[in-house]
Amino acid sequence: MMFSKNKRMQAGDAAFSRPVIGVTVLGSGIVLLMLSMAFAISVGAADIDFFTVWRSIFDYDSTREADQIIVSLRLPRELAAAAVGAALAVSGSIMQGMTRNPLADSGLLGLNAGASLALACVFAFYPSATYLSVMIVSFIGAGIGAAMVFGLGSLKRGGLTPLRITLAGAAVTALLSAIAEGIALYYKLSQELTFWTAGGVSGTNWVQLRWLLPVVGVGIVIAIMFSKGLTVLSFGEEIAKGLGQRTLLTKTVLMCVVLILAGAAVSIAGAIAFVGLMVPHMVRFLVGTDYRWIIPCSAIFGGVLMVLADTAARLVNAPYETPVGAIVSMVGVPFFLYLARRGGRK
Amino acid sequence: MIHAQQHARVRLAVIIALLFLLALIVVSVVTGFVSLSPEQLARTLLGRGTEKEELILYGFRLPRIVITVLAGMGLAVSGSILQSITKNPLSDPGVLGINAGAGFMVVVYVMFFTVESSTYVYILPLFALLGGIITAIFIYTMAHKKGEGVDPTRLVLIGVGMAAALNGGIITLTSRLGQEEASFFANWMAGRIWGDDWTFVLALLPWILVLLPIAWAKSHVLNTLHLHEHVSIGLGVHVERERRLLILIAVALSSASVAVSGGIAFVGLMAPHIARSLVGPRLQGALPIAALLGAILLLAADTIGRAMTDPIGIPAGIVVSIIGAPYFMYLMAKK
Repeated sequence: MMFSKNKRMQAGDAAFSRPVIGVTVLGSGIVLLMLSMAFAISVGAADIDFFTVWRSIFDYDSTREADQIIVSLRLPRELAAAAVGAALAVSGSIMQGMTRNPLADSGLLGLNAGASLALACVFAFYPSATYLSVMIVSFIGAGIGAAMVFGLGSLKRGGLTPLRITLAGAAVTALLSAIAEGIALYYKLSQELTFWTAGGVSGTNWVQLRWLLPVVGVGIVIAIMFSKGLTVLSFGEEIAKGLGQRTLLTKTVLMCVVLILAGAAVSIAGAIAFVGLMVPHMVRFLVGTDYRWIIPCSAIFGGVLMVLADTAARLVNAPYETPVGAIVSMVGVPFFLYLARRGGRK
Repeated sequence: MIHAQQHARVRLAVIIALLFLLALIVVSVVTGFVSLSPEQLARTLLGRGTEKEELILYGFRLPRIVITVLAGMGLAVSGSILQSITKNPLSDPGVLGINAGAGFMVVVYVMFFTVESSTYVYILPLFALLGGIITAIFIYTMAHKKGEGVDPTRLVLIGVGMAAALNGGIITLTSRLGQEEASFFANWMAGRIWGDDWTFVLALLPWILVLLPIAWAKSHVLNTLHLHEHVSIGLGVHVERERRLLILIAVALSSASVAVSGGIAFVGLMAPHIARSLVGPRLQGALPIAALLGAILLLAADTIGRAMTDPIGIPAGIVVSIIGAPYFMYLMAKK
């Protein structure tokens, strides 16, 4: 198992964290995020230089065409990409810490499929639903998916091994997406649903952002508040209890955060797997096993990853958009295979 | 005599399954948007039906039913082989990503080559096979570690990951298509039996006719592969060679089936399990039963899907998943 090495480190240094490196990584991550967003906003069908980007954001003038493109099309899109990436990465790192399972990810664990099913139901039965209700329904869907996977995975004693939870995720995903496809085909929504599933963050507007950004922000803040508990929890439930932690409270709160973040991400960008898998691993490699650093750094680098992936999706096959999920998968699958080869046994 | 009892049991199961399949075929023929009553069916079979009745029976219903039966058999036998080889009761060509690999190549073929030519029906299974084999080789090598060999758990994990990735790839490719083609593939991925004339039957039949008997003849090898590797070697089985050959057969069967039936999961998972619980784990008996059960499952799913109100119905793959996924979960909980 991949945690054995980390454990050895913890044994030598009880609170294994590297504050100096953490601050450095976090700081450079924020700079990187700014740069990649500026880059993402400036490239596209109409190339706009950095100066214009700066001017139109901080000194908006609706008569200039470039300003309109930036403020009504590109800025919301890149903000959404950053928020979605952050949400997915943070929910992935929480799940990996809580389940002590290196393969945990909202896409592989049935959350995305649950949210997709919920969305198919909304499209079919309440086509006029507002974005807020769409988002709430996605939370519920993600919750149903997660409950099924975790319930199934922990039915047997010693239950939540990487294999069991991945298989449970595959089965739940198959079931929920079959029902979703059935509904979509029956109500002739398959085109809409496909575009939405593969659509990524294109077409995000300010109305959606007004709900998305605060929800993701609050979710991440709560995650950071409970990150110390998560670090203790990641040593194992027994140790956490031995250290006097109220594990039930921590787990419940963190699970709610996971559902809110994954549901919000899915409600905007569709089912995107592998972000939540990759980012926490990379971050852990840089800042160690202390979740007080892992969570904020995951949020930043998740944002960077999604912004860059979305930019690639726009540029690879311009003027057509390549689904951003596919771009992420191209990087994510080799990563998954590597992890599965290294730590998936047992 | 245990042996004689076993044989009698297998024979009984085969007869019952065959009768059930026949009954299901009759039900399937009379079900559909344009109804064909049992009397009309009998009259048409005796050659005294109207032109319209003959067209419905021989032109639409029968070829589709034959394809469904063949594909169901192919998937079920493929699943039986894979479950024995991976020593994992939860394997099936859908779970392992082989169907997705085959499907990926089908999409590539339809996108980049002309579909108009008369031979494409026969080339399609070959393309699907190519995709299936590449995927299988990839999964197999990734799961192989020097000194440890192929770890069944790793094989399944990597397969699940590949299936997710390839399905993503299919969505990516199809999102560039026009409305009509995109909706065709949405249906195809959901497992709508789309081959509906006799050329599709001809395209699929040789694969099933050749590979099913070979698989059955190899059932004693499969029985030993299910044991520990050292035992199989001790029993004189060239484990690695036989394993590769059998994987090839399994991949070919599922790829050819997928090429005409679309992405159907869980048939290859369920049929072998039910067969084992009926006649025990010996594959000489369990394999033919699994094949018949696969045909029954898929045909039942397709018939249920077609009976849904509007003329398009619900794809068989969706019906199968809605039955199959809970069954998979039940197996996981029981194991």
